[in-house]
Order: sequence, then C-alpha cells, then structure tokens
Amino acid sequence: MAAPVMSRRAVLQGLSGLLIGFSLADPSRALAATVVRSGEPVDDKPLASDRIDAWLAITEDNRVIVYSGKVELGTGVETALRQIVADALDVDFDTTSIIQGDTALTPDQGYTAGSKTIQIGGMQLCRAARSARQLLLRNASERLSVPIARLETRQGHVHVDGNGQPALTYSQLVDTQVFDAVVEAGDEQPNPPRFVGRSVARVDIPDKIFGRFAYVQDLRVPGMWHARVIRPPTTGAVAVARLEDVDTTSIPEGVELVRIGDFLAVAAPSEWQAIRAAAALRVQWEAKYPLPDMDDLHDALQAANADEREIEARGDAERALSEHDNILEATYRWPFQAHDSIGPSCAIADVKNDRATIWSGTQGVYPLRASIADLLGMALESVRVIYAEASGCYGHNGADDAAGDAALISQSLGRPVRVQWSRADEHGWAPKGPAMVMALRGAVNAEGRVAAWAFRNWTPSHLTRPSSDAGARNLLAGNLARASVAQAPPVGGDRNAPVNYVFGQYRVSVHWISVEQSFLRCSALRTLGAIQNTFANESFMDELAARAKRDPVAFRLDHLKDPRAKTVIERAADRSEWIARVSPLREVESAGEGQRGRGIAFACYENEFAYVAAVAEVEVSDREGIRVRRVTVAHDCGQIVNPNGLENQIEGNVLQAIGRTLKEEVRFDPMGVTSLEWGAYPLLTFVEIPEVDIVLVDRPHEPPVGAGEATSAVIPAAIVNAVFDATGRRLRTVPLRWRGES
Amino acid sequence: MAEFTLDINGSRHTLDLDADTPLLYVLRNELGLTATRFGCGLGECGACTVSIDGRSLRSCQVPVASAAGRPILTLEGLGTPEDPHPLQQAFIDEQAAQCAFCISGMIMTAHGLLQRNPSPTEADIKSALSANLCGCGTHLRIVRAVQRAAKVS
Ligand code: FES
Ligand code: FES
Repeated sequence: MAAPVMSRRAVLQGLSGLLIGFSLADPSRALAATVVRSGEPVDDKPLASDRIDAWLAITEDNRVIVYSGKVELGTGVETALRQIVADALDVDFDTTSIIQGDTALTPDQGYTAGSKTIQIGGMQLCRAARSARQLLLRNASERLSVPIARLETRQGHVHVDGNGQPALTYSQLVDTQVFDAVVEAGDEQPNPPRFVGRSVARVDIPDKIFGRFAYVQDLRVPGMWHARVIRPPTTGAVAVARLEDVDTTSIPEGVELVRIGDFLAVAAPSEWQAIRAAAALRVQWEAKYPLPDMDDLHDALQAANADEREIEARGDAERALSEHDNILEATYRWPFQAHDSIGPSCAIADVKNDRATIWSGTQGVYPLRASIADLLGMALESVRVIYAEASGCYGHNGADDAAGDAALISQSLGRPVRVQWSRADEHGWAPKGPAMVMALRGAVNAEGRVAAWAFRNWTPSHLTRPSSDAGARNLLAGNLARASVAQAPPVGGDRNAPVNYVFGQYRVSVHWISVEQSFLRCSALRTLGAIQNTFANESFMDELAARAKRDPVAFRLDHLKDPRAKTVIERAADRSEWIARVSPLREVESAGEGQRGRGIAFACYENEFAYVAAVAEVEVSDREGIRVRRVTVAHDCGQIVNPNGLENQIEGNVLQAIGRTLKEEVRFDPMGVTSLEWGAYPLLTFVEIPEVDIVLVDRPHEPPVGAGEATSAVIPAAIVNAVFDATGRRLRTVPLRWRGES
Repeated sequence: MAEFTLDINGSRHTLDLDADTPLLYVLRNELGLTATRFGCGLGECGACTVSIDGRSLRSCQVPVASAAGRPILTLEGLGTPEDPHPLQQAFIDEQAAQCAFCISGMIMTAHGLLQRNPSPTEADIKSALSANLCGCGTHLRIVRAVQRAAKVS
C-alpha cells in the first residue's frame, strides 16, 4: 500500500448543477477538492457566509456536500455537524459528507476553538440548511405548479399531498441558481429530528481503527522533501538568541540548508537523513538567559507592570471588606502547561512563484493564510490553506508554526516540503497555557452568607494565534526570520473570573501582563483562563463555606438564582450520594490507610453557556499521595446533539484536567524550558484514572452551547476541595503536591 | 546502506537502507504503512508500537537491522473492515477514540497483552497500557474496549 498521495487532478463527478469533483475517491476524505460546473473546474466556489451555496451543494446522485469552516479536531464534530444538517435539510445522515477547512472551498468561520463548533458553526450550518430546504420547496412548487402548503420534504425528496410517492429528488430541483440565494433568518425545525439527539456512531472512527485514516503527518506530495528546523538554545516569550554562525562543513552531502535571519533549517529527500543532519549541524548562537528562577515565577508575574482592569462589580466590595474583621484571604497559583498532543505538529507546504498550498492541522485556515501570506510576501489570494486532521489538539499548539516553517523552507528551496516537529520542538516551542496568579479576599456574615468577594488575577494573554492583524509575527518562523514579537490582545485571562453566584458586594479585576513580561510563549490551551480562575473561585467558595461552617453544596445553592445552575449541582450531589457535611469531614478509609474526602465545584462556562458541576472523591495518604477515585459530573449544554459523543468529550476533559491538576507543569531554568519530553512532563496514566459517572441534563428546547471544555474548568477545585475534606489541608498551588511539603 | 528483507503483515519487502534507520521510518516512509505513528521517537509514548515476533515493541527504538527477518505485524495487518480483528471491532463498538492518534499503539499493545494473557483483569489491562500515553483522555473507553475484546476472543 502506498502512502496517500495528493494530486490536484480532479476526478469529475456528475455533470449538472453545482458539481463537485474530488481528488480522492472518497469525498468525505477529500483533501484538495475542486469545484466544477458543467464539467469545468471553477475557481469561484462561493464562500460568503450569507450565501447558501457557500455551505451546501447537492450532487447529481442526490448526496449533500457540507462545506464547514469548522473542523474535526478529534472531538466528533464532523459527525455532529452532519447530524444537524441532515435534520435541517431533511435528508438521510448517510447521504451527507463534509469538506472541512479549505480557504478555496469553505466559508470563513474563524477558529475551531473554545468548544464553540456546535454552538456557533452548527447553528450557522443549520440556518443555511433550513433556508436551502425552503428554496427547494419553492422551486418544487413552481415546477409542479402546486402550492407550497401541499408539499413536504422527506429524506431528500419532495412529496405532494403526503403521497407516498416522491415527486422529485432534491437533485432534480437543483440548478445552478437554486442555492444562489442568501441564508434567511432561522425558521422552525421542519420535522421532528431524526438524527440530532441520537448517539450516531462517529464517522471517522472506523478508518482510524483500521489504520486507513490519513492524518496530516501521513500526507505525501510528489517531489516532497523532509525538513527539520534547528531551534535556538533558549526559549522565551520573545526571541532571545541570535544566530551567529553555521559551520557549513557539518552539512552532509545531499542536504540543503535554509537560513533566513535566525531561522535555520535543513532539508533532505529522506526524513531520517534530515533528522540526522539537524542533529549533526554545528551552530553558534549568542543567547541571553531571559527567565526567572522557577520558584520565583508567580512573584514575578505579580510584580509585572500590568494594567488592572475591572471586569465586573456590584456594591462596594472594598468598603465591605474593610468593615469586616474576619477577612479570608487566599492566593492560588497555576503553572505553565503544555499541549498534550501525542503527535508533534507537522505540515506540508508547496510554494511556487505565484501560488502556495499549505496542508495543516490548524484550527483556523483563514487566519493562518493571512499570517503565511505575510510571511511569504504573497497576496492573500495566492495562498490556499487546506485543513488536514492532526493529532488531537486542545488549543493553539505547534500546528500553525509548523505550517509557517514548511512555507518558508518550501519558498526558499522551490520544492514541496514536509516539516515534522520533534517531541522537543513541541514541548519546548509550542505556545504554553499561561501561568497565572489569582488572589481572593472575602468574608462571611453571621447568617452564613458571603458578605463580600474581591477577585484579582495576573495573567498573560491567552491568545497569540495567527491573524491578519498579527501577520507573520504570530508564527515562530516569523519571529525568528524577522526578529519580531508576537501580538497578544488581552484575551482569555478574564474567562470565568466573574462568578454566577449573586453577591451584594463584589469586585473582579484582571491584571494583563504583556508578552515581554510573560516569560514563556503563551496562547490558547483548553478553557483559556477558565480552568485557572475557576480553580481559584471554587476553592475560595469552599474556604468560605468552611469558615461559615456550612455544607459546601448547600452554601453554593444558597448563593445561586439560576435554576439551571442549581440543577447541575443538585444532580451531581444526588448521583454521587453526597452527604451534607462541614468540611473537613476527615473520613478514614476502612482499610485504615489514607483518608477519603469529597469535594464539589461548579461553573457556568464563560458565565453564560454550559453549566457543569463535579463531585470528586479522593483518597490521600503519605504513601500514595492524592488519588482521585471517582468523579461525578452533571452537565447541561442545552440541546444535546450526540449523547455518546458528548460523554466522550466529558470523560476526556475529566481525565485531562486531573492530569493538569496533579501532574502537569512546564519546568524551566534561566535558559528556557527543560520539560522537553514526556519523562519531564508526565501525563495521567492508565493506572491513575478514576471512575467517571456522568449525568447529562438534556434541554431539547434550549440552543446547544459549547460542551466539553467546560468540564475541565471545574475539576481542579473539586479535587482540592476533596483533599481539604479528607485532610483539613488546603492546597492552593497546582500541580498539587502532597508528600514532602505542606 | 545495506539490503534488508522485512516480513511485514505477511508480505516480504527488500529495501536498501541505513542499518540504523528506526523501523518506524521504514514503515511510514518507505512502505506507506502510516498507521504506526511517530509520537516522540524516544520510546516514551507507545504511539509507534508494533508486534515483532509476537511481542509489542516500540518501532521508533528498533533499528531496521534488528527487525529484518522477523515477522512484523502492524495495525494495517490486524484486520480489515470486512474482517475486523476483535480488538478493532471492540474499539468501534465502544467508540474508544477521540483523535485516535494513540489508538494504533494502544491496539498493538493490547494485542500483545491478549496473546500472553487472554483473560486479563481490569488491573492487568491498565498495567499493560500504563506506558502508552493518550492526551485526549480516552483511557476509560480504551480499557472497556480491551475488556470487550478479551470476552469475545
Ligand atoms: S514514538 Fe515510539 S514510543 Fe513514542
Ligand atoms: S485519542 Fe487522542 S491521543 Fe488518544
């Protein structure tokens, strides 16, 4: 079997209407699809998101092609989006297929991020599909001279008078004009849903299980070389090393060197040759040592010269606090964390004089195109970025940077180039989830309620993704080639800094730290700042409950008005057989070793979307440290599109967040990141996983909102609250350490 | 460069290679068997696991010279959609994948376990897989899938 090879020669399918040809046999796996009309390839596939034909096409054999700017990142959205379209257009699920993330074919839907694919992308597609169905009905009414009221759709056909015989197929109703219309305001769901709400099996899984799925790492382009980038010896938020000299005698025969500014790479026909050449290259750098001692990290963040911005306030929290003599103060600390993508980033670029094609596992083909066009000095229209799925990504990992690397090297060598990052490249150089400090002050009154709450945090921006504003600056290759600094608008550090509890005296503010003071290169990692802020808020809520000598569940319910918020807390408590308590309960394990405890945490994602509560059960002993035994999650994300897929995401977020709470920390010394492989950055392993019990609260009449990462946000606090319940000891620094320090 | 004959998924391939080339790169680049994945190249993640002589080994750590002449099995050789291996069927039935990048290594590691121990306990499964990493947190489903496969095979 040969590796999947991409060819631009389209195999044309069908000859009428808006037709689609694919370069690969299976349309759902098309990697370089071409739109053809009347048998001729066209360059002007409509892309404007207010047009129906930007989103949908119907082929001659009555199949539906969905064009989605949102992409499958391994979370099952490809299946969920097809379920949504199948219902909205009233066709069979199996007749749909999807083309994802291609600047030549799919509308610009920004980034696939923040668990927003269904909430935003799904709803855009849903509206387009419903409008398309209306148009098909109108067209049928004209053709058949039958009023629309007598027509109905059923599984890709239009019927008259409920007659069992289909009058027309959708494909018979499609001509080149029919979808040339704007998307209308959403109307009602045509028929009862047939696919939404069901656990349709994920369409991508069988190929992945049989080893037939082509990830970006598996693609090969004819004439392609393999390249490796040689990185400076120090890592920091800004470039901190200058390339002084390369010993050209250390370059093996048949290997090409690319040097642009401080960007240095080798390329060779074989991958192993490139790897060995990169390792053997003798290079001199002039480096500075930009980082503080790791122990001083959080003090240094708090000492940064950072603007304070108030996010939310009610009453006068400062005055209320000054009137209390029993104030509780607590500071919580979160480390830099890395992306856990098991496959390091990879990209292929084919840059010619007048056009460039890039295959990337990026979360946003359009923003990446803008940054790459700037990097290459090419017009936007000359660059095509095509999404190809990579190893699961949980935010802005090295995928975009690898694409920038490949583009620059391909342009310099004039041939297609594949760049595969090493494990050390990914751990050392991909953006990190920011380290943060959260400081809270609060007080409870005689009635056992929160009298005042004041929250401040110190955070770098959680967003240095490629964009048209930032251009090449937000690609590593751009930083190195041009000695530029990433652009980072203040984003993400305020996520879930506010709480949904109703407090009379309340203030929330954020100190935004500039890129130059962020120490490591930061960007989006699952939840942005919500996991850090919720860790602090929900730990502090527990500290106040303990101070008030109240049950943590009842204490939370007492401060909430929103019934959906209360429901998830009650359901998680019920399912986990929560016994009302004043923590610490210090339950002793029957075996006599270790102590058991339970903790609860709640969040409403971004204070307005998914509601999640989690109860963690832990066991703590000097010998074993902290073990999470069981986690119960109650989750309400409105309408559920695919229950099994949702549970899969919730389970994944629970496990990943346990790893982030107990183990994950990017370590560094003054020169840069020292956690350069999995031994130095351990993940949760099979022997450490708890039982996970999930309660899905389905609300079929509420819009579906982002699901998945909301769960990550509540896990850390649920664990530390359980540790406190078990032992009376309050841990405020992640990753949690039990043995050897207090 | 030297000539090596590899016995992979029941077919023989003769190739001219540097003796120290890791088997992983030979599978992926010379033979187009891309189900075996590069995750770290350091023996730390298990994404590259294949079966050699019936043992689950990390192909990024096995020079091609030492794999030559021994029967090698990769995920592609385990089963097909028409005739799936019980492990593959079980992973599909349990929907045991998120991105699935780790899954080839998980299945090939589990395959080795079931050969040694056809009725593993949950603890046996977890310990056999404990050096395979999954970033997506699919562990619970992976354990269930291996349990299911053990029951039917
Ligand atoms: S790639 Fe071989 S163990 Fe990670
Ligand atoms: S499923 Fe993504 S790494 Fe395991």
